[in-house]
Amino acid sequence: MLKILKYSFYDLSRSRWSYVYFFFYLLLGVVLLFLNNDLSNAVITLMNVIIILVPLIGTIFGVMYFYNSREFTELLLAQPVRRSSIFLGQYLGVAISLSASLIFGLGLPFIIYGLFQSGAIWDFASLLISGVFLTFIFTAIAFNIALSHENKIKGFGLAILVWLFLAVVYDGLFLLSLVYFQDYPLDKFSLVASMLNPIDLSRILILLKLDISALLGYTGAVFKQFFGTGLGAFTSIVVLILWVIFPVWRIKRIAAKKDF
Amino acid sequence: MVSITNLHKKFGSLVVLNGLDLQTPESGIIAVLGPNGSGKTTLIKSILGMVVPQKGEIEVNGQRVKKHWNYRKDIDYLPQIANFPGNLRVQELIDMIKDLRGKVARDRELIDLFKLEPFLDKKLSNLSGGSKQKVNLVLCFMFDSPLIILDEPTSGLDPVSLIRLRKLIQQEKEKGKTILITSHIMSFVEEISDRIVFLLEGKIYFNGTVEELKTSTGEKDFEHAIANILTENHA
Repeated sequence: MLKILKYSFYDLSRSRWSYVYFFFYLLLGVVLLFLNNDLSNAVITLMNVIIILVPLIGTIFGVMYFYNSREFTELLLAQPVRRSSIFLGQYLGVAISLSASLIFGLGLPFIIYGLFQSGAIWDFASLLISGVFLTFIFTAIAFNIALSHENKIKGFGLAILVWLFLAVVYDGLFLLSLVYFQDYPLDKFSLVASMLNPIDLSRILILLKLDISALLGYTGAVFKQFFGTGLGAFTSIVVLILWVIFPVWRIKRIAAKKDF
Repeated sequence: MVSITNLHKKFGSLVVLNGLDLQTPESGIIAVLGPNGSGKTTLIKSILGMVVPQKGEIEVNGQRVKKHWNYRKDIDYLPQIANFPGNLRVQELIDMIKDLRGKVARDRELIDLFKLEPFLDKKLSNLSGGSKQKVNLVLCFMFDSPLIILDEPTSGLDPVSLIRLRKLIQQEKEKGKTILITSHIMSFVEEISDRIVFLLEGKIYFNGTVEELKTSTGEKDFEHAIANILTENHA
């Protein structure tokens, strides 16, 4: 699997888009830090960008890479390589290279700014951890969709719909149901509902770390009340890990049955 | 070498292989023939584990194919359509496959044979169909595996390369290897193959030598003998 990972990574490191993504974060980090001059404001703005953009890029890149490397996949399938290693290797190649763009793109300006001297380092770390989780989750979801749809247009459309649903529509529905059922106790419901969406979950994780109750929102407040800050962060990380494991396990399962 | 029992494969409602049985001899060239859509490529891909059959058992050198992968180190495969990652250079692709297999390879010798030297640092997406097929042949023949599977090896080749390929296949046969070939060029098949396996409607309709095929159909000419089978069954 390491050899496949190496080649996927090598392939992506020559792709223009990895650099565009990297420079975008670099620019974003520089602009926010040096024009804003307030670290915790910058972290909050970054959070809002990361939570929407990282899943979108992970989804699009994952689907695109999978469809574009079909020839490579077919070539590998005839070689003495385990089937699951081919797909997991490619998945990890995409997810790791996207995460690297994120970490280095944002990390560099923050280091230059003097992050290591400031107390905000753990806030910043929680931002990067959520970003990496979201990359791994949405790339895995994208691979799932691409593996089950031979038709590129269908696969692409579905992937974008899933992103749109989790990033935008889900929150709307959630809010509507809170308003509609406001006479009932909704703690447990909102706890479960926020765990079912990795984007909400990462938002809560970052906000718990930042400890800004004004921004926590209803779900965040319930989370904090229910688990406390420490346990709340721990729980959200565990659920995020499950969010990675399940789609990856499904990649393995679909790949084992697919005809090429 | 390859032993197949009761192989079934459907794609949706389309039955491609319908209870196919096949035993290949220890060595020699076996041509798999059949009309378009008779399941030749599906059969080959099942042996390689690229297509997962619904039912049936395939063994290569006594190793079961299903859910295994290590047996593929004994197989050299030439795919029908030479689809390569377009952004790689020829030399990079060859090095990559060598690295993946980790076996001794005679790529230099084959690059000379097919005169690929000037193309080595060209991107694969810029190669012509015939040149791609030559790269395909180099990738296939550079390892010394006991089983060789060639899916339409002649497609896109010029006459000179065709002669070289024929010689190459003969040399490999003399080393005592098993070679499975599919082709639509009947003169090529007649000249090189020891046995003919004819697929029809997902089963083996005929399995024997070229001579046996001619006598059983009552035709003197190989091409007509094949046509005879087809017209008899579709008339």
